[in-house]
Amino acid sequence: MTKIPADLKYTSSHEWLRTLADGTIKVGITDSAQQALGDLVFVEVPEAGRALQSGEPCAVVESVKAASDVYSPVTGEVIEGNPRLAGAPELVNEQPYDDGWLLHVRPTPGGNATTLLSAAEYEKLLQTQGD
Amino acid sequence: MVDFGGWDMPLQYGSQLAEHHAVRRAAGVFDVSHMGIVDLNGTRVRALLQLLLANDVGKLTVAGEALYGCMLNESGGVIDDLIVYFLAEGSFRIVINAATRASDIAWIRRQAQLFGVEVLERADLAMLAIQGPSARAATATLLSDGGAHAALDLQPFCACQIDSWFVARTGYTGEDGFELMLPVADATRVWRGLGSRGVAPCGLGARDTLRLEAGMNLYGNDMDEDTHPFESGLAWTVSMQPAARRFIGREALEAIQAAGSRRKLVGLLLESPGVLRRHQTVIAPQVGEGYITSGGYAPTLERSIAFARLPAAAGNAVQVNIRGKLLDARVVKRPFVRFGKSLVH
Repeated sequence: MTKIPADLKYTSSHEWLRTLADGTIKVGITDSAQQALGDLVFVEVPEAGRALQSGEPCAVVESVKAASDVYSPVTGEVIEGNPRLAGAPELVNEQPYDDGWLLHVRPTPGGNATTLLSAAEYEKLLQTQGD
Repeated sequence: MVDFGGWDMPLQYGSQLAEHHAVRRAAGVFDVSHMGIVDLNGTRVRALLQLLLANDVGKLTVAGEALYGCMLNESGGVIDDLIVYFLAEGSFRIVINAATRASDIAWIRRQAQLFGVEVLERADLAMLAIQGPSARAATATLLSDGGAHAALDLQPFCACQIDSWFVARTGYTGEDGFELMLPVADATRVWRGLGSRGVAPCGLGARDTLRLEAGMNLYGNDMDEDTHPFESGLAWTVSMQPAARRFIGREALEAIQAAGSRRKLVGLLLESPGVLRRHQTVIAPQVGEGYITSGGYAPTLERSIAFARLPAAAGNAVQVNIRGKLLDARVVKRPFVRFGKSLVH
């Protein structure tokens, strides 16, 4: 039921990463995460230019139920937060891996990154968490 | 599923927002069998309730009428809020919260002994709330012609017995509708029957956003044993007249009234995007601080609202600390939404 695209990397805190052709990275939350949160009603994304350390809270997703932090999987600089989410937070529910992306980051070469999981490893993690 | 007062209950069946909108626009059904239904029988039951409740059951003169009120402790703190239905002389029914059920009943029994009143828990009854503009019509189709007639004739905040069902025109959403108390054996059939008539099953999540928009307090959030009705937006449920009625908590409330309540419970509207949540700090400039007792996203208004307990002198422009940022909020009258319409301007 939960979608886990094979071409993405994942974190144990339920973010996904997509590395683009130019080496920049898009980050979002996984299908499993959006399902657990329920209907999203507010998303706070970082300003362009903000410096991020891997593992630090970089965005907030709020559903009808609760507010949750999103953690930056890499060290780098924010190119852009998804501007569409201010008016349409439900995009994260509807298309978590596409139009519902949260931030676009230029990673610092040689910068720290969170331990990243393959799709298979992330799927295993969800199974052990009982999702 | 979440634990709620010892009951496993769904937060939502599908989308919580869709469930909310179903109730505002058509109809939804909630399984509220976790609520405690307690019958009180005895010749002196009215006198008992006039001691136990801050509202006055003397206002209930016609069988079937209902009254909302609070049961207070000696300090004026709220033990629970409840609805009391006048069934017949010598017979009342109360509906109490799940989390406080056991302590409520112990408290009521202690007082009831002195009045020779029987306290009868009705665990044999399930309770379904059918709410929304088309809720009454949908429910009526499950009744006999005569029963449907009686149910649809009910005035707001009144109830009647129709065969083995107790049908009340009450609710917790700000919409029209019924609360049904019926034998447990009937509940599944009625639930499915309503579903096949297009009534949306709704969980605790939608129940919370609906009552928040409707400006209705939630016990444990907006009032508890350490807060009194005057600082909980519940002054309207306290009946100080007649002066001779010495209900439990009255002396404490008289003292608070004489000194003036130091705090008040108000409605808040967040002026910018974001979500107000319980326990966030509210700053009333030049006056002091308060806190949010209940907050969330209001699907009908598409913005965030809350209830906040503030110093009595707080003005209408306040700020809320959300993750370290101070965001502007405005004090507004409750309810925020009634019968599907926004009352916020």
